[in-house]
Parts: sequence; structure tokens; C-alpha cells
Amino acid sequence: MIEAIREAHDVAMAADERVVVFGEDVGFFGGVFRCTAGLQEKYGKSRCFDAPINESGIVGTAIGMAAYGLKPVIEIQFADYVYPAYDQIVSEAARLRHRSNADFTCPLVIRMPTGGGIFGGQTHSQSPEALFTHVSGLKVVMPSNPRDAKGLLLAAIADPDPVIFFEPKRLYNGPFDGHHDKPVESWKSHPLGEVPDGDGIVPLGKAAVRRAGAEVTVLAYGTMVFVAEAAAAETGVDAEVIDLRSLMPLDLEAIVGSVQKTGRCVIVHEATRTSGFGAELMALVQEHCFYHLEAPVIRVTGWDTPYPHAQEWEYFPGPGRVGEALKKVMED
Amino acid sequence: MTSDTRPLSLNVPEPGCRPGNTPDFSGFEIPRAGAVPRPPVDVDPDAIRDMAFSIVRVLNKDGEAVGDWAGALSTEELHEGLRHMLLLRTFDARMLNAQRQGKTSFYMQHLGEEAVSCAFSRALEPGDMNFPTYRQAGLLIASGYPMVTMMNQIYSNAEDPLHGRQLPIMYSSKEHGFFTISGNLGTQFVQSVGWAMASAISGDTRIAAGWIGDGSTAENDFHAAMVFASTYTAPVVLNIVNNQWAISTFQGIARGGVGTFAARGHGFGIASVRVDGNDYLAVHAVAKWACERARRGHGPTLIEHVTYRAGGHSTSDDPSAYRSRREAAAWPLGDPVERLKKHLIAIGEWSEERHAQAEAEVLDTVRAAQKEAEAIGTLSAGKVPSPRDMFEGVYETMPPHLIRQRQEAGF
Repeated sequence: MIEAIREAHDVAMAADERVVVFGEDVGFFGGVFRCTAGLQEKYGKSRCFDAPINESGIVGTAIGMAAYGLKPVIEIQFADYVYPAYDQIVSEAARLRHRSNADFTCPLVIRMPTGGGIFGGQTHSQSPEALFTHVSGLKVVMPSNPRDAKGLLLAAIADPDPVIFFEPKRLYNGPFDGHHDKPVESWKSHPLGEVPDGDGIVPLGKAAVRRAGAEVTVLAYGTMVFVAEAAAAETGVDAEVIDLRSLMPLDLEAIVGSVQKTGRCVIVHEATRTSGFGAELMALVQEHCFYHLEAPVIRVTGWDTPYPHAQEWEYFPGPGRVGEALKKVMED
Repeated sequence: MTSDTRPLSLNVPEPGCRPGNTPDFSGFEIPRAGAVPRPPVDVDPDAIRDMAFSIVRVLNKDGEAVGDWAGALSTEELHEGLRHMLLLRTFDARMLNAQRQGKTSFYMQHLGEEAVSCAFSRALEPGDMNFPTYRQAGLLIASGYPMVTMMNQIYSNAEDPLHGRQLPIMYSSKEHGFFTISGNLGTQFVQSVGWAMASAISGDTRIAAGWIGDGSTAENDFHAAMVFASTYTAPVVLNIVNNQWAISTFQGIARGGVGTFAARGHGFGIASVRVDGNDYLAVHAVAKWACERARRGHGPTLIEHVTYRAGGHSTSDDPSAYRSRREAAAWPLGDPVERLKKHLIAIGEWSEERHAQAEAEVLDTVRAAQKEAEAIGTLSAGKVPSPRDMFEGVYETMPPHLIRQRQEAGF
């Protein structure tokens, strides 16, 4: 997935000289996860460079650049570090278009590695997507595989509005279904690890069905897509696993179509539960599918605690917990 | 713990004067006009460190323009400058009244600070971009932005270019080099650095000007702006308008008891200058110097405009609750309009009669604009923006969930 993200940058930078890339360690070194490796050498220091360790400064200057007419693609080293930039994102990037009546706009992509499963503790594991889906004016995207990562990032860069681009860091080097004690898999052997050449996009706002099924709909994104697939395989429940890919805009049609078909719904995310994005999904399913539901909707999420270190696998919503939810929703 | 260790106590700075006290600015060091030399624009910031502790002044107490920084403006330009300040002051007075009459919800005036934005505007070139705060409307007035449009925005009427979405006075005009104002203080300061970096990345020759108040220099955005401007030698002029008061908080709360706001630039290696913000000629001369420095690639300049907020913070503020009513009159740098008027009279290019006539003409101009704007509508009457406008422009293309909500709202 790292290579796919790097490729998307490369394609966009080659096609449009307004695309500039910066962030902490992204220049000479190519990023701590290597997602921008080689870009400075290829496109020069004025288009790919290191930034001071100041997230609000990185986002604030990027907003100024976007207002000028450039298309900044910036990296926040970990999603856990984005909070100092929250004011710039929420009060500024998200609002320029509306408050100036499009006199100034903010075509900006803010990339950040997100999620757990790497023993990152509470400052390298968080999933703060709901803090951004709650903000009008932002788009929020989270790919689950290399193919989508490239296509969605290219779509995000082409988008005229600010996009928060979450990269599940546990998926950087291969798919992960939550079985942390199994050998690590690589993307090489996975069909979604094959990334097409060229500048093809995956449109924002379109979900993908990762596993077709008839009994229950599982709404997931990021790492949880693979966890849900594993849970379905292990429990034998015929689940339809929907990878939302884009949380804002959201593919409501795909969600409603599936839940009305299956009559059951399980929502899975790594983030803490209370006021998480799952609450929004649950509300939408209730509003649009109430008379089709055979059982209460269940959420499987991270607990409402800080992300722990030693207790990582008790916190992480793995295939065991998701499987239990699938069985329970079938019993109700 | 040694035997002479005493319990610690917290230092909370206090202004020299609160309501009921006699204003005393005797500790405020004011160099004589013309005392500060004008360095070359490519000067090493280290060589002018003293400029952050002095004040560039051009107009002396007799209204004469003296020293290295004088002589940059023609008589015609000075007449125009005076007119801009009179327009802004009159505009403020009328809009303040309009707010009191319920025609809008809120207003912020510039009383005493007119020279800062009016004179600075003249140093910029078309295509340059200001990232202003809420007290730099002189940038618009001096660049010829239509006053009726400003009023339409303040009234949130049907011709408001921002469709009623923004608080009054939070103007936006890319065409006039005026970035959309945010009510969140300080955010624009670092954005101005980003805009300037973009100009450099693009091989452009345009520059940016960032604006911030004395109180908001305490915000992280100020420090972020300074470090980015310094690191990338951004072509930006960073302006601190030190009007002594951040609502009820005196400038010492943001600064502590030592140094100056300008001196904050030293740690970043940024050329840092203090200027008499009530001296139209000095503000213009320093702005021109800093803009040229930025445009020629010599990097950023931090300017502290030393001025005084003679009015309330906003229409929601009553300054008599926290500072002496006599403080504005005691402010030692005087009034910017009076000082430029005195200068023009001193050089034989103005008179009391011409001034009275100019004031009357300006009042007519503002009244006519107000009449035109009010004929369209105000916040309380006439044609207003459509509620549909609230849903438009959140994104370039309205996403499905907003279309559903707009329909639900009935528009």
C-alpha cells in the first residue's frame, strides 16, 4: 500500500505542477513510512520538502498555498498528532469556500496514518475519523487496500475541496484480519494488492462490496474490512461485507440497499464507541431500514478508553468479537 | 530547601491605568521623529536589532516630515491618504450607528488605527494578498473596494457577496487582495506565510501580508508563522497591530513585562521593526521597505505598528469597564487623522476650510452608499439572502446528504 500511495503522488505530481508535498520527514528521507520516497529527488526540493514539527503550521501554510492556487498534499506523521492542527482544519480549510462564497477555496489533501495493531500505544494508534466527519466542508476517506489507496488518493488530489485521507498503518505492508499471532501476509499474494498503472481514480463516495452475502450486512472500513471477512469465514455466517472507503460523502444507497436485503446489520470500527462514526451509521440504518430490520443493529468497536499498549489485542476489535456479534445478530 | 527560601507567588501583570486612575504614559519611550535611520532593504536582520526597540517616526510634533523615511509620498498621495482615513472613520461612525439602530448585529470600528491599514495598502501591488484581521478595512477602502458592497456585507442583505453566511465586517475579496476574514484569531497569520511560500514555489513575484493583533501574538499560529517564515525565507510582511488592548486584556498579558512584540522576531532571525502606527507617512515608508525586501527575495519582516484602540473592541464592548475614559486622549502618539492634517497644513497643502469641506464630501459619499445599501436591505428589513444559500457552497458539488437536508428544511 505504501508503494501505491507513493505512485499516486508521483502520478499527480507529474501531471500537475501545482501539486506540492510536504510534512515532517517527507522530503529527503521520504517519510517515516516511506510513502513519499524518491519524490524530492524526482520533483525537486520546492515541490517535496521537510516541514518543521508544527502540525498547525503545516496545515496553516498548506491552506495559504491552496488559497494561492496550489494543490498541497501534506502528511501528518500520525493521525494522533493532528490535534494541534484541528483549528486550522475545522475553522479554516473546511470553511473557506462557504464563508467567502468560493472567492477562496481549499483544494487540500491531509494524509495521515491511522489505527492500531502495531503496538503503537495511545499516541500512535488512534482512529479520529469521527472528529472530521462531524465537520461540514470536509471529505473523509479511508482505503483498505493498495488499489483503492492509489485510486482514492488520486481522486482526493483532484477534488476541489479539502480531503482528510486516513491510511490504516497496519495495512501498509499487507492485509491484516486481526489474527496477530499468525505470520504476516504481504500484499503480493492478495488480488487488491495489484495496482493498475496510470491515473485511474476510485471515486469518493462509493462503497465496495468485499464479500457478497445474504444474512447480515457488515459496515466496515480500513483494517476492519479484513477482520469482518475473517469473522464471516470463521463463523459461517453469510455476511455481506461493505467497505465504505469514503465516510464523507457516504454511499448511503449501498448501505440501505444491502441492509434492506439482509435485514441485519453489524457495524465495525477501531475507534472508540461513544459518538463514533458507527453511531452515525446506526442512526442512518435506523432511519432508512427500520421496517426491514430483523434484529437490533450491533456495533463492534474499540472500547471507550485510551488506546492501550500491553492490552492492544483486548482493545482491538478482532475477528473473535466481530464473529460473536455476527452470531448474536443472527440469533435475535 | 535553604533557610531563606520563601513561598512562590504568581506574577499577573497589570496595566498602568484602570478606570478612575490618571493615565500615565511617562514610561513609554518615544524616540524623536527622524531618529531611526532607514537601512538598505537587503540588510542582515542582525544588523538592525535595535529597530525592534525603537520606533520609526516621520512626523514630528510640528507636523514636519523628517529623517530618512520621509519623502516617499507626493502631495496628491497624501491628500488621498487623508481622504481614505476620513472615509474609514466616517464609514465606521455610520455603521456603528446602524448597528445601534438594529440594522445589523455587530460592528467593529478602527477609531485611532486608521493609518495602519490605509497607509499599508499603498505599499502593496496588484496581485499581492493580505491576510487581515477584523480591524484592517482600510485595506479595502484604500484599494477602491466599493463601499456599498462592504455595507451589503455588513447588512447581510440580498446583495451581500457572501450571501449572509458571515458575521458583519468579515469581508472577502480576492480581487482586492483581501483574504476572507476568520473570527478565530491568529489563524490567518500562518496562512499568509503559506501563500507567500506558494508564490516562491511558483516562481511568482507577488508577496503576502499577514496581520495579527497584540493579544493574538500569544496564539500558536503566531509562532508557527514565524518559524515557517524564517525557515523558508518566505516573501511575507508580518504585521502586528499593537493597539494596547485585546478586549479588556492589556498588551502586557500577551507579552509579559519585558521587550517588545517586534523583538519576538529576533529569535527567528527575522528583520523586526517598530513603527509609529498613528503616523501615516511612517507606516507607509516602513511598509514599502518591508514589501520591497520581501519582493526582492530578502525574506520576511515583522512590523509592530504601535497604535491605540481609541474605541471599543466591538459593538459588544464597553471599554470604560476596564480602562480609564481619559486614556485615549492621553495616548502620546496622537490621532492619525489630526497628524496628517497638521502635516499637510504645515507644508501649505491644506487648511481648516479644505478639511471641513473634505469631511462634508466624505460624509456625503458614505451617506449615499448607505442609502443605496439600505435600499436593498438590512438584517432587519428588505431583501435578504435565500435560506437556500446556507446549503450552497459547503462543497463545490452539493453531496447527497446536504441535498436531503435542504429539502427537509423546505428550500
